[in-house]
Amino acid sequence: MKIGVPMEIHPGERRVATTPEVATQLIKLGFEVAIESGAGAAASYSDEAYQAAGCELVKSRKDLWKEADLILKVRAPDAKETRLLRSGQTLICFLWPAQNPELLQTLTERGVTALSMDSIPRISRAQKMDALSSMANIGGYRAVVEAAQHFGRFFTGQITAAGKVPPAKVLVIGAGVAGLAAIGAAKSMGAIVRSFDTRPEVKEQIESMDAEFLMLDFEDEDGSGEGGYAKVMSDEFIKAEMALFAEQAKDVDIIITTALIPGKPAPRLITAEMVKSMKNGSVVVDLAAEQGGNCELTEAGKVVVKHDVSIIGYTDLPSRLATQASQLYGTNLRHLLTDMTPEKDGQIVVNFDDEVVRGATICKGGEKTWPPPAPKLTAAPPKAAPAPAMPVVEEKKSAAGPVIATAIGGLALLGLGAVAPASFMAHFTVFVLACFVGYMVIWNVSPALHTPLMSVTNAISSIIVIGALIQISSENDTIKWIAVATLLITSINIAGGFAVTRRMLEMFRK
Amino acid sequence: MISAGIVIVSYIAATILFILALGGLSNQETARRGNWYGISGMTIALLATVLGVVTQNYVELFGALLVGGSIGILLAKRVQMTEMPELVAILHSLVGLAAVMVGFANFMDPSTHFSGVELTIHDIETYLGILIGAVTFSGSVIAFGKLSGKIGGKPLTLPGRHLFNLGLLLAAFWFGWQFVVQSAAGDGMTPLIVMTVIALVFGVHMVMAIGGADMPVVVSMLNSYSGWAASATGFMLNNDLLIVTGALVGSSGAILSYIMCRAMNRKFFSVIAGGFGTGGGATVSSEGGEEQGEVVPISAEETAAMLADAREVMIIPGYGMAVAQAQHIVYEITTVLRKKGVNVRFGIHPVAGRMPGHMNVLLAEAKVPYDIVFEMDEVNEDFPDVDVSVVIGANDIVNPSALEEPNSPIAGMPVLECWKGKTSIVLKRSMATGYAGVQNPLFFKENTRMLFGDAKETLEAVFKAL
Repeated sequence: MKIGVPMEIHPGERRVATTPEVATQLIKLGFEVAIESGAGAAASYSDEAYQAAGCELVKSRKDLWKEADLILKVRAPDAKETRLLRSGQTLICFLWPAQNPELLQTLTERGVTALSMDSIPRISRAQKMDALSSMANIGGYRAVVEAAQHFGRFFTGQITAAGKVPPAKVLVIGAGVAGLAAIGAAKSMGAIVRSFDTRPEVKEQIESMDAEFLMLDFEDEDGSGEGGYAKVMSDEFIKAEMALFAEQAKDVDIIITTALIPGKPAPRLITAEMVKSMKNGSVVVDLAAEQGGNCELTEAGKVVVKHDVSIIGYTDLPSRLATQASQLYGTNLRHLLTDMTPEKDGQIVVNFDDEVVRGATICKGGEKTWPPPAPKLTAAPPKAAPAPAMPVVEEKKSAAGPVIATAIGGLALLGLGAVAPASFMAHFTVFVLACFVGYMVIWNVSPALHTPLMSVTNAISSIIVIGALIQISSENDTIKWIAVATLLITSINIAGGFAVTRRMLEMFRK
Repeated sequence: MISAGIVIVSYIAATILFILALGGLSNQETARRGNWYGISGMTIALLATVLGVVTQNYVELFGALLVGGSIGILLAKRVQMTEMPELVAILHSLVGLAAVMVGFANFMDPSTHFSGVELTIHDIETYLGILIGAVTFSGSVIAFGKLSGKIGGKPLTLPGRHLFNLGLLLAAFWFGWQFVVQSAAGDGMTPLIVMTVIALVFGVHMVMAIGGADMPVVVSMLNSYSGWAASATGFMLNNDLLIVTGALVGSSGAILSYIMCRAMNRKFFSVIAGGFGTGGGATVSSEGGEEQGEVVPISAEETAAMLADAREVMIIPGYGMAVAQAQHIVYEITTVLRKKGVNVRFGIHPVAGRMPGHMNVLLAEAKVPYDIVFEMDEVNEDFPDVDVSVVIGANDIVNPSALEEPNSPIAGMPVLECWKGKTSIVLKRSMATGYAGVQNPLFFKENTRMLFGDAKETLEAVFKAL
């Protein structure tokens, strides 16, 4: 099968769906890869690099679309590109079927098989193909970089000869992948980072990044929706939340908002009032600008200064780190294609038994297959069912057991004492005492020295050599030679046991 | 020639020195001194016996002593630290064999005269000494074969093996009775030989039925047996030094076996009954039903980067490290990381390896300082603070199903809870199950990364990348 990778024609889009490195891997899977000349230029991947990786360079966009059986893209095709698609072709890119019903309709009518990277279910197995996460990660990082660009001070606190510099305070709202990436980036630049999220289970993740989790003084309402995403909250909750933000706005220097609810316009969290209350020179980065913005004053795609606060509404943050974004996106695509090419023969199989493929496929052979049935597993375990109390299988130890054993043991000893001669009982006393001494001593042995313990006990158990020595002076030749043989093997044991113990103990050092 | 009194005093001194030798092993600082106590004890006992009891045949005596001693020292020098379990097993077999031979020689010795109850007791002592000695001998030989890979590690489970064992036991009792009766009439060689054969068969069968994972228990159990054999011989010879020493060794081995069984949450008896890791494990893992998910592989370079970025690293070695001889490269990585300020520690499970304390010895061989090597109980609480746990060739001892799945064959066994840390990197040759035959859900956890390949080679790659 031939993969075609066209240049992204959306204005300002710098990413490309395949890097030379990914192309090499795709060729290993048996695919032919054709790339439009100059497609990777904006992401710093030259045509020569693609050629070196074994890709075919195609000058004409139309030829590329015509020849390829499988089109890999980043952005959804626009009207012009859609017309180039033909029946039987497969398209993989971000399609946002919920937001673009007309596109879905057109693709279905043209008989295209389309897989949408944003519809890959959020299950553990599909993490490696989760392009949303990889893009969000980049977005979060870039958001901090953009904020630093427009912020007039250091992020980190310093005490210099020229005076003290206070650290910047950053508030990250929404601790999804992007939020956590932003926390990490801001933290590593030295800022004080606080974060808020409606889903209580992310508290741990926020704290694991060394950021402060802002608690809402509100009886617990869980904001986790299906698939680990957030959901719409109750009115009272939002009220309390807004009060928290209003208070924080006065204090912090930078606000990064990443609050999104799937399939809904972005929640309005930062009002014009709050922006007004922020210190002059502060920065708001709105990662939800494309979905209407978390901040009231955001203008999508632009940086605006209002009330002396820079409000960054870029909608193309991943594209602003095009090299990194292309690499991660390309790898996500490759993982998906690896799963779809079970025979490694360059032929993709759209297998609807595969949950991931089923979830991502929005139309196939003229039929709409979106939305898919709900995924079997969610990223966050459902909290509704508390683990059933594990049946405690406790063996009922009857108290009679040890009592009976002791009684039998005692009786046996008594019986032994009754018949055995005194000389035997003397030895027996020594034996029992020695067992107890051994018991006391051995429990103190450090577990690390158990092997030396075994080799040293092995050496001293060769004390049996005394038996051989007693017999060696026998007049009987058979006994004598048996004794000699015994002496021989026990002396192997004595010398070997002690020597190896010494060797081991020499090695133990501080 | 010294008097009998002085011999006995020397024996008392030897006994005390042996106890001090074992006591010295309570920590690393006193352990070396402890070994010297043991050597002195043995020397005193030998000297006293040679000077006080032996009357002739000195040439043969010193010849055997010299030859045997040289072989022993040579063995001790040559042995690889990874082969330590094999060496210990084969040395145990020698004690068993010695007990058998001393027993037979004593029985054939016409100079011993007993009568009545004393004769019966003496016969029982002889019989027991040979019995235990023979079981120790054949069991240790098989254990040696299993440990050195000459015999497959899979447990041999004959149909009706419990009945077979019971039959052997009853036969041993019956021939014991025959022996006592015939011995009173001045005979008894036949039942004694038959019993020895039975005991040898029993020893073979017992160890054959035990799976590879239970080897630490077997080795310590045989250690115990060799002690009891010496003790029984002491009774036979009316020699307190043998009784005491044998009892010390016997209880030491018994305690070790107990510690090992507890570490695996298994009953001593069920280990001896054998058959662990055969059918049971496989059926349970398939009954588990649910899809295990997918493993996330990682490269050596990424591993190196993760280790370099970590603050707390826990290394969990298992038998795989011993097989790959990877302990030296592990230590080199440890040194590099510690120089970078990473806190590297080692977490050792009591049954890691094939012998109690096996991992400690290997790490000591690689010069890992023992104050960064910790026991499971010392570090298990710390895992939430650990950034990267590196599991090297271990499987069952880091298996979460021991705690989470009540149906698992290893349920209830204490394990190193590395999955509670931020990331676990598991070095493994393949996705095969451990000796318990149980699938390990750790490999499918989200914070687990798999580094496939031979432990030594991959670690060398990691070391280079560092």
